[in-house]
Amino acid sequence: MSALLEVRGISKSFHGLRAVNDASFEIPEGDINGLIGPNGAGKTTIFNMIAGVYAPDAGEIIFQGKPIHGLRPHQVCAAGIGRTFQIVKPFAGLTVLDNVTVGALLRSASTAEARRLSAEILERLGLGPKRDLPASSLTLPDRKRLEVARALATRPKLLLLDEVMAGLRPTECDQMVEIFRELNREYGTTILLIEHVMRAVMALAKHIGVLHHGEVIARGTPEQVVRDPAVLECYLGEETEV
Amino acid sequence: MSRASISLAILGAVLVALPFIVGNYALSVATLILYFAYTGQAWNVMMGFAGQLSLGHALYVGVGAYAAGALFFHYGIGPWAGLWLAILLCVALGLVIGFLAFRFAISGVYFALLTIAFAEFTRIGFDHLDWTGGPGGMFLRVAQRDTWDLANFRGPPLMYYYAMLFLAAGALALCFFLLRSKAGYYWQAIRENEEAAQALGINSFRWKMLAVAISSAMTAVSGVFFAFYYNNLFPEQIFHISRSIEIILGPVIGGVGTLFGPVLGAAVLTLLSDGITEALGALGWEIPGIKQVFYGVVLLAVVMFLPHGIWPTLARKLRL
Repeated sequence: MSALLEVRGISKSFHGLRAVNDASFEIPEGDINGLIGPNGAGKTTIFNMIAGVYAPDAGEIIFQGKPIHGLRPHQVCAAGIGRTFQIVKPFAGLTVLDNVTVGALLRSASTAEARRLSAEILERLGLGPKRDLPASSLTLPDRKRLEVARALATRPKLLLLDEVMAGLRPTECDQMVEIFRELNREYGTTILLIEHVMRAVMALAKHIGVLHHGEVIARGTPEQVVRDPAVLECYLGEETEV
Repeated sequence: MSRASISLAILGAVLVALPFIVGNYALSVATLILYFAYTGQAWNVMMGFAGQLSLGHALYVGVGAYAAGALFFHYGIGPWAGLWLAILLCVALGLVIGFLAFRFAISGVYFALLTIAFAEFTRIGFDHLDWTGGPGGMFLRVAQRDTWDLANFRGPPLMYYYAMLFLAAGALALCFFLLRSKAGYYWQAIRENEEAAQALGINSFRWKMLAVAISSAMTAVSGVFFAFYYNNLFPEQIFHISRSIEIILGPVIGGVGTLFGPVLGAAVLTLLSDGITEALGALGWEIPGIKQVFYGVVLLAVVMFLPHGIWPTLARKLRL
């Protein structure tokens, strides 16, 4: 199968500190993929390079056969990559429905169509009854759902989820996992999960990449990854609960 | 029909009938209210909708007024043509300010400072521009108040009142439409969180520039009206920062980002400040600067007790 996203040897330094060093991986179309690693491993930096927040110092990012490194965030989104924020960023003063409508307008002919699509997405994510509330009134799990709903409304080919499980209780986490499975199955949305929470990644991802000190040290299925000695040493050794 | 549209229809009918109900003094106060409602609405597009704080909107009033005024003064060209020059110049200026700010990521307070700076150096520039009379001002041929000369926008107070009513109603309708359009959604998203807006595919630079263009074009029209209503223009007076503040007080007190806030704010401020000046005058007290003190007190009270402005609370109470 051809890769939807190819990351080829990207690097990024901040004030001389190398956050990501020559990282490469690819994401096949239609799969749920995970990128894990301990804190400070460079996960969010890679994420932000794909999303267009930073341009990589070196390397290339190819999406659907076209280079996207160096594009601005709005151009990356228009190309078909939706993202969520680790620290949620709702449009606090707008209603839940309006939040999602902003995203839906990207590929809708009219605001009416965008609102219809947004209402559907909210139903799907279980936020339907809260659509007319201001986003500022939502609880954290709901805000995380809103992040996902907004990103989905842009109708992405690839959905980037930045620590979307962090701060959720195990049951809420399981609900999210279920939602992503459904999305992947029904719309064929390719998903890249960047997570610290192993439980969710192991349950969801078909392929996992492991980052450590800015380098990809292992790639494979969850079973392969957890048996990799390098991974065990650097990451799982610290957290024995798998 | 909803309560809101019925109320609006009643208000509209009263305003259309007003010149036949009240005298010339009340009509001039009403014209002033509509002027501030309209200009506040224009400012609200930038700040209330798109979240870009301008503290220099007097710039557009002044440039608009001088552009149309000078064409009339020097060449006898009426305001209907001058209007376009005024809009063109103001939009160009707005886009220059917007480009500098948004391209180089100057935002928030620093953006506000940039808008003040542009208004201030334009004021100083006009002080030294002999073609428009410099600091001594420019005086347009005063209107014959009893004859209608629509081509040159000369006529009785009634004409100015209806012109302003038309503009204020038009601005309200335009903003109503804008807020429900793609631009409205995008502006509010940028206002609430620009980074999240960009992640949803919004080219924030372009949409902020659009807000500036619309706001400056609308304010240019205020300037043209100002020139032909007051007939005299002084840089010191028209570009002064207190003018910019006067423009934003209405929407701030009425409710930033709301449709009816600028209208309500303009009415409350103008009526109360006029009332107080009148009352004090009746007592034989002439206190210079009392208007500014009054504005300060009202602003303080609103910020303390109704931080979102009077309108959101009032609308809830009236179930509109």
